[in-house]
Amino acid sequence: MNKVAAFIGKNQYSHMIILALLLLVVLPLSLDIFRLNLVGKYLTYAFVALGLVLCWGYGGILSLGQGVFFGLGGYCMAMFLKLEASSPENTAIQSTPGIPDFMDWNQLTALPWFWEPFHSFTFTVFAVILVPAIFAFIIAVAMFKRRVGGVYFAIITQAVAAIMTILIIGQQGYTGGVNGITDLRTLHGWDIRTDDAKYILYYVNALLLFLCLFVAAFVIKSKLGRLLVAMREREDRVRFSGYDVSAFKIFIFCLAAAISAIGGAMFTLQVGFMSPSFVGIVPSIEMVIFCALGGRLSILGAVYGTLLVNYAKTSFSETFPELWLFAMGALFIGVVMAFPNGLAGIYQRYMEPWLLKLSKKDESPSAPAVGASEKAPESSDEPMTSEERKHA
Amino acid sequence: MLESTKSIPAKDFVLSVEGLTVSFDGFKAVNDLSLYVEEQEIRVIIGPNGAGKTTVLDLICGRTKATEGSIKFKGKELTKLNEHQIVHAGVGRKFQNPSIYEDLTVFENLELSYPRGRNVWGALFFRRDAEVVAKVEEIADMIFLGDKLDMSADLLSHGQKQWLEIGMLLIQDPELLMLDEPVAGMSVSERKQTAELLQRITKDRSVLVIEHDMQFVADIADRVTVLHQGKVLSEGSMDRVQSDPKVIEVYLGH
Ligand SMILES: Nc1ncnc2c1ncn2[C@@H]1O[C@H](COP(=O)(O)OP(=O)(O)O)[C@@H](O)[C@H]1O
Ligand SMILES: [Mg+2]
Repeated sequence: MNKVAAFIGKNQYSHMIILALLLLVVLPLSLDIFRLNLVGKYLTYAFVALGLVLCWGYGGILSLGQGVFFGLGGYCMAMFLKLEASSPENTAIQSTPGIPDFMDWNQLTALPWFWEPFHSFTFTVFAVILVPAIFAFIIAVAMFKRRVGGVYFAIITQAVAAIMTILIIGQQGYTGGVNGITDLRTLHGWDIRTDDAKYILYYVNALLLFLCLFVAAFVIKSKLGRLLVAMREREDRVRFSGYDVSAFKIFIFCLAAAISAIGGAMFTLQVGFMSPSFVGIVPSIEMVIFCALGGRLSILGAVYGTLLVNYAKTSFSETFPELWLFAMGALFIGVVMAFPNGLAGIYQRYMEPWLLKLSKKDESPSAPAVGASEKAPESSDEPMTSEERKHA
Repeated sequence: MLESTKSIPAKDFVLSVEGLTVSFDGFKAVNDLSLYVEEQEIRVIIGPNGAGKTTVLDLICGRTKATEGSIKFKGKELTKLNEHQIVHAGVGRKFQNPSIYEDLTVFENLELSYPRGRNVWGALFFRRDAEVVAKVEEIADMIFLGDKLDMSADLLSHGQKQWLEIGMLLIQDPELLMLDEPVAGMSVSERKQTAELLQRITKDRSVLVIEHDMQFVADIADRVTVLHQGKVLSEGSMDRVQSDPKVIEVYLGH
């Protein structure tokens, strides 16, 4: 336990446990499967928000095209599931049995070559991560080696998102077009539409999210994390400290893309389809809003931010669907202006000192026992001493 | 220029700059400049504002690409290298305005400058071991910040920020140290401390300093180069430069 704490940072550790209790125990026990599945869907967006914490919050690279990577991951998974759903028996009524239905409708008579490898689940699992990561790598090398950054980079990523949507919609025969890839049924014969499957997939999703949170926490706590912070403010100085700045930007952008892609694949599995409406500019910007609201420097904030905004969206847009976009825009501007570090910033500023005081009071024997709690909560939120720093 | 090179003993130069020219939209900020720095020499570059002093350092460290000419450091051509490769070759640069990581602590500022784990994997798995801590503490003591290791760098005074940046260079242990106006904006006592610091740290390396403070220049310089409109106007010992009529006319006379 102490090893894990040292690995990701003490403070982070206790907060991580609270989130784990919420996601793995409280929510599954208190929600029906329909609602839990909805939470699972929201959590897949949290992967993207988490990636944005790394590349935007820490690396200072604002990407308005993260939906592309979410979508690529999701499409890779959807291709595998679609092929399984399109067995010759299931598609006997088509003019070409054995290929996905939308291909048949578009007069395709054979499976396109790039669909072939998606018969293999192993290939698909690798592709879910590698296809988006390689795509991100190409964008990042082209941009960062030329030192394109800031607003220019954001605009380019937005253009990529737009192009990707147009491409997917335009190439109906290969991609399923505007409807996306739908009617997904089984994974190796295991029906993913049943309630049991939804429970299992919810847990798989939550555990993968924690895995990504651990990776992110490790990166942030490493020297690379501090370099990202340094680069955000003084890119030049980092170069003159002997670092190849572009290599670090490429790395963090690819990592963010890979994490987003895992979310995309889990979306496909839990929701049962993937479509271009999760790839384009609007979803990409929504993801940035989740991240900003949660706090762009907080990996856990990204998760809470995503859950809260989506919860608000669901309840709000049921009653006032046409007002939702305005409400979200206003919320975004309000939070960014008043609390640039989002919910996590509010928590750290107002809640944490209070909690800290509370736990301090409980520990010190001379102080009157306010609230008379039986057991002092473990105080793990104290700032590091100089000695600890050296051994960290 | 030829007469000045004649006076330099036939030693190996650490740095030889030849025919260096850079043109910004036709304006030649540095114009056919040649400069030779010996091992362990402290060379000070002086000259009026806009003479091109900072630009010369920018060219050497790779921040600005030369239009023409060559820069050889220990026989290696620098004009073709990237900034970080030039740093790896052994050149360290301090900027005119203190350039430090204000969001990080003094300790972290020095740690990031420690020459280990400079690629992505190295940085990811870098460990803060005893060697790193000892080196950071040693350097922090040298730059008078030994008791400020945990302080956020943005809380330092202007002079302390200058020292911190010097410390960030020292921890890289460069063979050529380039300092752009290291005592600008410092109080009198800070200037004295800085002069002592420079005396100490320049022992086993070559140093290129840009400075306006003549007393400070006289204190530390082995040799002085006067720049004017992107060209070398005069070069030699402080006394010689100070008595050069050309220099008196354009610079010191004002
Ligand atoms: N990147 C640049 N683009 C255009 N002009 C520049 C650039 N850098 C420097 N200059 C010009 O070159 C001249 C020399 O500048 P600089 O080297 O900063 O002078 P010094 O450091 O000697 O005061 C100035 O006239 C300045 O305006
Ligand atoms: Mg200057």
